[in-house]
Amino acid sequence: MAKLLPKRDAVIIGLGWTGSILAQQLTEAGLNVVAIERGPWRDTATDFNIGYMQDELRYAVRKDLFLKPSTEAMTMRNNASQTAMPMRDYGSFLPGDGVGGAGVHWNGHTWRFWDSDFQIKSHLDHRYGAKKTAGLQLQDWGVTWNEIEHSFDQFEYLCGISGKAGNLGGKIQPGGNPFESPRSREYPNPPMRMSYAPTLFAETMRGQGYHPFPTPSANLSQAYVNPLGVRMGQCTYCGFCERFACGNYSKASAQTTILPVLMKKPTFEVRTECEVLKVNLTQDGKMARSVTYIDKHGVEYEQPGEMVLICAYALMNVRMMLLSKIGTAYDPVTGKGTVGRNYCYQTSSATRLFFEGKHFNPFIGAGTLGQTLDDFNGDAFDHGGLNFVGGAGINCVVTNGRPIGNRPTPPGTPRWGAKWKQATVDGYNSSMGFSAQGSSYPVRENYLDLDPTYTDRHGRPLLRVTFDFPENDLNMSHYLSDQMERMAKPFGARIAVTSRIKKGWDSVPYQSTHNTGGAVMGNDPRTSALNKYLQSWDVPNVFVVGASAFAHNAGMNPTGTVGALAFWAAEAITTKYIKNPGALVHA
Amino acid sequence: MRYLIIAAALIATPALAANTDAGKYQAVLGDCAGCHGKTLAGGVVLQTPFGKMVTPNITPDKDTGIGNYTAEDFRKAMKTGMAPGGKRLYPAMPYPYYAKMTDGDVDALFAYLRTVKPVKNSVVVNQLRFPFNMRILMAGWNALFFKPGAPATSRGDYLVNGPAHCAACHAPKNLFGADKGGLTGGLLQGWYAPDLTGDKTSGLSKWSKAELVEYLKTGRNAHSLASGPMAEAVENSTSQMTDADLGAIATYIKALPPSGGSGGGVDKADMQMQAGLRVYRINCAACHGMDGKGSAIFPPLAGNTNVTQASAETSARMVVAGGKGAATRAAPTGQAMPGFGWKLGDAEVANVLTYIRNTWGNAAPAVDAGLVERVRSTKQ
Repeated sequence: MAKLLPKRDAVIIGLGWTGSILAQQLTEAGLNVVAIERGPWRDTATDFNIGYMQDELRYAVRKDLFLKPSTEAMTMRNNASQTAMPMRDYGSFLPGDGVGGAGVHWNGHTWRFWDSDFQIKSHLDHRYGAKKTAGLQLQDWGVTWNEIEHSFDQFEYLCGISGKAGNLGGKIQPGGNPFESPRSREYPNPPMRMSYAPTLFAETMRGQGYHPFPTPSANLSQAYVNPLGVRMGQCTYCGFCERFACGNYSKASAQTTILPVLMKKPTFEVRTECEVLKVNLTQDGKMARSVTYIDKHGVEYEQPGEMVLICAYALMNVRMMLLSKIGTAYDPVTGKGTVGRNYCYQTSSATRLFFEGKHFNPFIGAGTLGQTLDDFNGDAFDHGGLNFVGGAGINCVVTNGRPIGNRPTPPGTPRWGAKWKQATVDGYNSSMGFSAQGSSYPVRENYLDLDPTYTDRHGRPLLRVTFDFPENDLNMSHYLSDQMERMAKPFGARIAVTSRIKKGWDSVPYQSTHNTGGAVMGNDPRTSALNKYLQSWDVPNVFVVGASAFAHNAGMNPTGTVGALAFWAAEAITTKYIKNPGALVHA
Repeated sequence: MRYLIIAAALIATPALAANTDAGKYQAVLGDCAGCHGKTLAGGVVLQTPFGKMVTPNITPDKDTGIGNYTAEDFRKAMKTGMAPGGKRLYPAMPYPYYAKMTDGDVDALFAYLRTVKPVKNSVVVNQLRFPFNMRILMAGWNALFFKPGAPATSRGDYLVNGPAHCAACHAPKNLFGADKGGLTGGLLQGWYAPDLTGDKTSGLSKWSKAELVEYLKTGRNAHSLASGPMAEAVENSTSQMTDADLGAIATYIKALPPSGGSGGGVDKADMQMQAGLRVYRINCAACHGMDGKGSAIFPPLAGNTNVTQASAETSARMVVAGGKGAATRAAPTGQAMPGFGWKLGDAEVANVLTYIRNTWGNAAPAVDAGLVERVRSTKQ
């Protein structure tokens, strides 16, 4: 029998980016909040000790900070005709673990999805006709750019994002991204200082008529004090960012931006190493009563709350809804049901250039030390004559020159032995790369549900991922690979190699941790699990916040939009919901 | 009966409230929570050169706290070190400073302490080594060293030498644990509380009055970041003082005559300096900068007098064990320095400290590996 605890105003599942933002905003509004976090407490000086944080073997190879499959695994298959098998190790994507979540080990690329993303269906139908996107399950997000722009601004100023505006209130700015949607003000910090590879990339691309700009970075170009009064340090370009936590207070995370303030509040409490098993609903299934969780000693507790905010990693959010029977599970055969619908990923390819006599010094690196061009992203270019929609941001980012993982060699190099060693020595400093991070658009047959066979350590079904790259996205990616091959020529490299994505998604090699969808926001309860405020259509005192709410994935990293959605949902809760609890949108 | 109590409470409330607010502020000035704990129920262990002391319960619990004290008892304990029943307090309870407090302030503090939640917590205070565990010795100590000073000449003098008892940490001590006079720096519980005088090598000569106020209010300024016991003093006490009182403290401290300084420097060509530079470059420069200037988040080492004290105890402790900076409403970050003790040997720490103490215009004596070894063995 679970031990019943005193009721709180809000119970938050997961204390990563979204949980921290919601906890901060809700406690500011006077609510009493408890966050229940499966993983451990993590603190910069204690857990991210600058003296050993750069241990590549421990953190990058052995993945010390990530979720272990023994805690929670998933099963995967490419299509419904296959039997899904459990992933024995996380490979293709690496969910976070503990306080701060995946926001601890991210690279810090901080994008705003575009106006045309939030209204993707209306936009594409208007421009190309509805036939163009037949076969795709694209749909509008319910929220519009003008409504959510200030939420992006809040997140960027919280983090101290370093970048250059490209569109200030509709006026295109030199040096920024001309394709971004209008922003209300400049970034809080100037761009990172560029090393040689992104400098060369920008020059060469500008020479071809494209519009490169500094990738917006949550690694800070200079010391910063955020609106909460929390101080952050300047990035040291150490090159131990993705897969690592920052020991230097210079990568935005819950730890470096919110927790110092939040943890001091008497109205906030976090319980770490406590795993929520499910959200308990009232008998009629229309309201959430409480959550049941189990602590590290195996003791079960029931934590009642006026509302429950599901703020875990995107895939875990969907699983929590399915396990708790919040909303109806999506059925790809009938197309009915919404929880599990519109799961998307990322469709990427890359170009590597090997030069003679150039020295790129890749050890000068940072999660977001680079340049991007969006000339082929989203709907920035005309798709009229093309057999796809969507696109990719093309990024030249020097994240690292780490000795174990960063050993670029040209094709034809032996995989081991003296020749391989020599080739890695030659390639290390004389090669650079850029990559296309492509959109992933929803189709009927890509979805999430509960696995019928495999269970976790508590006996609950694992999440099953059914996914493969749809035709549209393969066409998009191949087009981008063609473009990159062409763009590579003027660099004058000795060898240029461009990768091409293939049908048959493989969960083993690392690709991207950008899993999106499954509990998407929208205007229509028949096609979205959440309304435009990220509130469950079915259980109105449940909000589900994260990339799980994305109705599709764009050719950009998701965290900026995730942060904006957290502020957006928090605003709806504090200004609308607590005054008048209940459905904020009536379908 | 119950009605009577409520009626009495109703009548008493307004006057009591005013007095308890004033009394609560006295508790802030005196940082009672620093030694007696957040609930004031005591139990905090103080390591002294004479053995261990555990702070007593000062909540109004009748059995284990001071619930049976009268205002007179309390005044006597605070100002003469004599508890009810003729029990002599040890000067770890800073009565030699509180002696300077006005009766009005002490009474207000007592009124406040009557209102805090009584906590049952029985504490064995005296865990000192023989013969120091004999309270009667304090009669002799008082005769020798307890000299209730002259009435305060200014608000700053009153605060610094009275309730805020700055000298308890910042004054050097004699063999008997009594102040030798002056706020020229003192060693306490494994931390060296720095020189507060205007000395150019180890004192606060470079701090403006406004910077000193900023430090006390927020825990940081352009020169330094409070950590260790001072972080607690800032969080519990100085950050909650009024601006007027902080100004008065700063005025008083800025007028202190210079101490004898850190005691000299080390030449750049010294072997320890050369070796220290190598350690610094690899381990320290990323945050504190090759120029030692730090940044908006990491404190500078150049001109930071915390690192140029006559004793390097605090700096050695920071390098070996790390430390957390003060977190206040105005500066909430609470940034921390990780420990390097797992990585750097005693000689390496001594070398890098010698380097830090003698670069960018800093000047202080070389650090001996023996000091680092001592600090490491008493890591708290």
